[in-house]
Amino acid sequence: MKLADIVEELQLTVKTGAGLLDREVTGGYVSDLMSDVMANANEGVLWVTLQIHQNIVAVAVMKSLAGIVLINGREPEPATVQKAETEGIPILVSGMPAFELVGRLFALGISGS
Amino acid sequence: MHWEFPEADAGEHIEGACVGENGDTSLRVLVADLHIHTCLSPCATLDMTPQKIVKEAKKKKLDIIAITDHNSAENIAAVMAVAEDVGLAVIPGMEITTEEEVHIVGLFEDVEAALSMQYQVYDRLQPGKNDEDLFGMQVVANAFDEVEGMNTRLLIGATRMNLGRVVKAIHERNGVAIAAHIDREAFSLMGQLGFIPDGMNLDALEISRRMTLEQGRLVFRDLKRIPFLTSSDAHDLEEIGVSPTGFRVTRPALTELKQALRGTGGRGIEY
Repeated sequence: MKLADIVEELQLTVKTGAGLLDREVTGGYVSDLMSDVMANANEGVLWVTLQIHQNIVAVAVMKSLAGIVLINGREPEPATVQKAETEGIPILVSGMPAFELVGRLFALGISGS
Repeated sequence: MHWEFPEADAGEHIEGACVGENGDTSLRVLVADLHIHTCLSPCATLDMTPQKIVKEAKKKKLDIIAITDHNSAENIAAVMAVAEDVGLAVIPGMEITTEEEVHIVGLFEDVEAALSMQYQVYDRLQPGKNDEDLFGMQVVANAFDEVEGMNTRLLIGATRMNLGRVVKAIHERNGVAIAAHIDREAFSLMGQLGFIPDGMNLDALEISRRMTLEQGRLVFRDLKRIPFLTSSDAHDLEEIGVSPTGFRVTRPALTELKQALRGTGGRGIEY
């Protein structure tokens, strides 16, 4: 499934990387610890988190993630937005809490394995 | 003049002795910035070199600085060598990333203690190699501001030591454990864990330069049983000394700062 489809299905707000939504999402990963994502997330997954610090972008680049979804309507910090645009990382925002969002993603066929 | 650091084992004996022998008249306010990064930290600017840091600290009229790079102590000796000539006291330190991704500043009495802490941190640091393009360069510098080499470890990463273990490891080395920038959401004790766990023996809580010490004391008034201080967490030269803490002490040494934090022997935090 492409990022654009997920954006449309779950009505996500696109904060950065509007031109990169044709990326294929290979799976999902949820974590608020960056060290955990660095250690365990697979390439191409969509990362669900509440972290808004600019380090999320570096982690996403390092692990070649498809993109980041912020939950609870969280606003990325200005430095995060800037870095994401430079590095080409889509940041999407959902008004839903993580549990709900991940359930919807799973229902769309995005799996964690 | 230059400052002599006391022998590590002499520290605890000073507490009673100084008051009686020197009296409170020898107490004065020394201005400290106890959280400064060098070019070794991937997120710091490359002009955070030993000579430039010391020059800037003197310009800002600081008496004491602490060098606190992320999960490493490799640039401390170089900064101390430069500072010795100009009468600036340097406290060896390290900003350690716990398993919970909480930043704890450890301050030590001497470089050896900081390096001993570093070995434990390196042993448990998240494996991997630093990506300079993503995280920044990790320059090991000497006292002449020359590049000695690059640290290739993933200093931006977390250690496999939880908060309690990090604090204990600092205390085992007679160090001071400070919860860094508790008013920030990212990488702070309050942001990551929500509250201070029971039995956590922290020596101080650091308020970032985003608010004043007074504001911090008000916002976190429930935590006032632990001393507060404020530091710059400088990642570039301009930031050095922007939110200093004034310590009422007799000498610029960690043993004195410890007493000031506890408020014993006439020592204290002035502002």
